[in-house]
Amino acid sequence: MAVACAALAVAMLIGVSVGPAGLTLGQVAAALLVKLPWLPHLAVPPVAVIIVWQVRLPRVILGALVGAMLAGSGAAYQGVFHNPLADPYLLGVAAGGGLGATMIIVTGASATLLPPAAFAGAVVAVTLTYLLGSGTGRDANRTGGSAGAIVLAGVAVGTLLTAVQTYIQQEHSQSLQQIYSWILGGLSLASWSDVVLILPYAAVAAAVLIAHRRLLDVLRIGETEAASLGVDVTRLRLTIVAAATLAAAAAVAVAGLIGFVGLIVPHTVRLTAGASYRVVVPVSMIGGAAFLVLADVVARTVQAPAEVPIGVITAAIGAPFFLFVLRSRRAQQDLA
Amino acid sequence: MITLAGVGVHYGPAAALAGVSGEVAAGEWLAVIGPNGAGKSTLLRCIAQLTRHEGRITIGGQPVTSLRRRALAQLVAYVPQVPVLPAEMTVADYVLLGRTPHIGYLRMETAGDRRICASLLARLDLAAMAGRALSTLSGGEAQRVVLARALAQQAPVLLLDEPTSALDLGRRVEALELIDTARRDRSLTVISAVHDLTLAGQFADRLLLLSGGQVVTSGPAAAVLREDVLGPHFGTAVQIVTGPDGALVVISRRDRGPLRPPAPGR
Repeated sequence: MAVACAALAVAMLIGVSVGPAGLTLGQVAAALLVKLPWLPHLAVPPVAVIIVWQVRLPRVILGALVGAMLAGSGAAYQGVFHNPLADPYLLGVAAGGGLGATMIIVTGASATLLPPAAFAGAVVAVTLTYLLGSGTGRDANRTGGSAGAIVLAGVAVGTLLTAVQTYIQQEHSQSLQQIYSWILGGLSLASWSDVVLILPYAAVAAAVLIAHRRLLDVLRIGETEAASLGVDVTRLRLTIVAAATLAAAAAVAVAGLIGFVGLIVPHTVRLTAGASYRVVVPVSMIGGAAFLVLADVVARTVQAPAEVPIGVITAAIGAPFFLFVLRSRRAQQDLA
Repeated sequence: MITLAGVGVHYGPAAALAGVSGEVAAGEWLAVIGPNGAGKSTLLRCIAQLTRHEGRITIGGQPVTSLRRRALAQLVAYVPQVPVLPAEMTVADYVLLGRTPHIGYLRMETAGDRRICASLLARLDLAAMAGRALSTLSGGEAQRVVLARALAQQAPVLLLDEPTSALDLGRRVEALELIDTARRDRSLTVISAVHDLTLAGQFADRLLLLSGGQVVTSGPAAAVLREDVLGPHFGTAVQIVTGPDGALVVISRRDRGPLRPPAPGR
């Protein structure tokens, strides 16, 4: 936990210090401190203050929030569905968010509507998945569907919504580039208003997921045995899925689709700090925040002044890791 | 006291359990026996409310369907045939999961919960392995750890589905002795599905023979462990031998016609 917090602090410092404006570390530090009420007389160029406070800081904080949400919801989905390969987009968040964003882009509506539309699309998709999936399958808990049935419903809903999104996208080929750049994800348009937009969802989702960390450990012994220990598995799963979906939808709304964060980070935490969700949930959030802030630094520096989509950076690290997890014995054994 | 009235489970047109009625007295050990597919596990799952069923089940006069899941878990501890043992979880953390019915939603374990588990680990001779990962345990050790988790629930009723199926002969007796000791110490009511008919006869107060989802008979070992009772349900290759101490030994043998006593003088 301490290591993860330190990593996040370092990542955020790097995040605000690195950029094309060529500010020195001293200028960045002074620009950060000048807003403190008891330090008003620091000599800082006004442009440095603007760059740090209006460009870099919102981007770093938004990146941290998005990373924390993706990693936290990935960890939660993996626990609740007993599936080491579950990620935040498992139940249709990506397809729903993508459809919502595509609709706004092709209709030429105001760009400010894009985050709420993506958020709404993601939430509607998961709700649809849950309603369709929970009516089927045998369950340990007398009511509701099995975890497997819900995951399958997620695949079906995701495929359907992606088909609709692809159709709309092809019908409006002039918007292709804009849609693709959204799908690849990124933080290049980050602003304080985005931070404000997702902060309430992020706070609620983080609080709910952390509060359920012990119960996620109970689920490790399977739904039947968890039910025999007095856990209402259906209600618990719904609560955790709702919180994880809120987190993932908030992330998608402001940053598009950023793959692999929800997969890499929780597994790294399991391999290094143990598989108990008491550790995995909070440390994944902090680690996810640090990872995405650093990935964003790489994204905006490797080809500066151009930006590489952050999804490319996380995927370049994530795909080999994904294969590693697939082959790892732990993936099959430990996530029961 | 546990009462069952007309308990049945149907999977489509097929009945896994049909019209099961009876009573289990407080402090009694009832062994549910029967061939594969007889409905033994299904019956235990009905009592633990882990499967939908018809009919009525009460514990201490309360219908189980009226109890919230957590209240039920304070009354009934259930150990499935193949418990899930997360590889990296430690023995101590696993046993602590048994305290779940006594921990409020979103609360964490208290020092009292940890004390209860520590004393159980000591009682079951598991204290030395408290920090070990579950994946490192032998079959016999794992069995004891699972029993410790069930006892940590401090429920008056213990449901065990084939508690000895994965154990060798010596470990089977050891595990059942452990259950018997726990039962006497804590006045537990035990209902267990058992494949080993000989041990069922020696440990349980009463045997309940299920076949095709229905109760064939129930009673003390001497009334149930009989070739004419078991034969039709397990096949003809069942033979009962009375041991020197009067214990009934159920043996299965290759069917080569009636067993003849050895010829005199040979």
